[in-house]
Amino acid sequence: MDTLNLDGLREIMRQCVGTGEAVDLDGDILHADFGELGYDSLAVLEVVTQVQGRLGVGIPDEVIDDLRTPAALLDYVNRQRTEA
Amino acid sequence: MNTGPSKRAVVTGLGVVAPTGIGVKTYWANTLDGRSALAPMTRMDPSGYPIKVIGEVPDFDPYALLPSRVVVETALMTQFGLVCAEEALLDGELDPAEQPEYQMSVVTANATGGAEFGQREMQNLYAKGPSQVGAYMAIAWFYAANSGQISIRHGMRGPSGVFIADQVGGLECVGQARRVIRNGTTFVLSGGTDSSFSPSGLVGQIPPGLVSLSDDPARAYLPFDTAASGYVPGEGGAILLVEEAESARARGVRPYGEIAGYATAFDPRPGTGRGPNLRRAIEGALADARCAPADVDVVFADGYGVPELDRLECRALAEVFGPAAVPVTVPKTTTGRLYAAGPTVDLVAALLAVRHGVVPPTVNVTAPSPDCPVDLILGDPRETAVRTALVIARGHNGFNAAVVVKAV
Repeated sequence: MDTLNLDGLREIMRQCVGTGEAVDLDGDILHADFGELGYDSLAVLEVVTQVQGRLGVGIPDEVIDDLRTPAALLDYVNRQRTEA
Repeated sequence: MNTGPSKRAVVTGLGVVAPTGIGVKTYWANTLDGRSALAPMTRMDPSGYPIKVIGEVPDFDPYALLPSRVVVETALMTQFGLVCAEEALLDGELDPAEQPEYQMSVVTANATGGAEFGQREMQNLYAKGPSQVGAYMAIAWFYAANSGQISIRHGMRGPSGVFIADQVGGLECVGQARRVIRNGTTFVLSGGTDSSFSPSGLVGQIPPGLVSLSDDPARAYLPFDTAASGYVPGEGGAILLVEEAESARARGVRPYGEIAGYATAFDPRPGTGRGPNLRRAIEGALADARCAPADVDVVFADGYGVPELDRLECRALAEVFGPAAVPVTVPKTTTGRLYAAGPTVDLVAALLAVRHGVVPPTVNVTAPSPDCPVDLILGDPRETAVRTALVIARGHNGFNAAVVVKAV
């Protein structure tokens, strides 16, 4: 099964949440805090919902708070997929 | 500094999204021309539904008007509100970033919620499961989303709220804006927005039996006409920048007019034998504005388009003004009834009538009912000085409200 890479996540972030007025998702965002990218908690929840739907992985609510950066989200998702 | 009721609330900015135009300029030109936007439904497939003619806002591209971030988390009703709010601020030459955030409030009205957004997510729930319901469902469908999003976007953190009162919410919110100003806030963005043209939104409008089922756009909505057969539902929004009068003077901004009078009156419970209370709302608004009936230059009527309700409105007008004693118009014949947006759009038209000295016509009515003796402005717009205008709104199941605007 496919894993999710940063470009795949960028696409999800773009298509499903849109971009803030001053946010450049093409830059070095891997370790940027979602909040700094203009993604508030609800926006992160929306990204997670879409990631779950596309990859068929489950991300429990209590984990979402710890996924502060794209890197953390990718690590978590890809670990789940490797273990699956 | 002035405090309490001696403070006056004036309107210094207007914003409109109507079936007849996005933006005040287009809306007003089409309204004066009596150009109707009522047409066969295109937003969704009308087959299988009894409603055929509606008033849609055409060519509304939210991505061209708002940041994509805001678009994805809002329903159409909220996008209308955000676009109207920006226009009103621009029109009123107000940059919210330059004002204290607690001196600016947002009070809106909405009747039907984010129907199309809610339907999409309910379909996700039932077709794909709970994990596939978008996170923005939590904030997008709700009536208060409009006040919230406008407040967040412009950093307006004064006393804010939302009215849910069918059509009359579009006047109630402006009455509340005046209260907020009397209590010490300087600026209030206020008005109604609504859009409910998805299957679930549409079916909710059918059971009361008041919507016209005609398939002829020119004959579907005929208030005060012998052929009245119900109303045509529409969508849209209007937001006013309401401002404390001294502030407007100090800023050198010319007001469109003053929110001079406001009253609301709920009908008695059925079976009491007591009649409806529209007259009380009208008389209350006139008294509040310290106006005599003879001072009123024009009435923007509710114009339900339902014969019995038209008769009741005419009776209330005759009791207050005398039979056919005041010019009456129903420009919403060009847009349909826009729920909470409708009366605020009428307020915009009334304030523009005050400014330009011309009253837009009622369209499509060709055979005024003998049961409805009103001086209805038909055909061409009527050029006349307007110092005082009355806007009336009613809602389903007993809502009545009236607002008086005056030249400043």
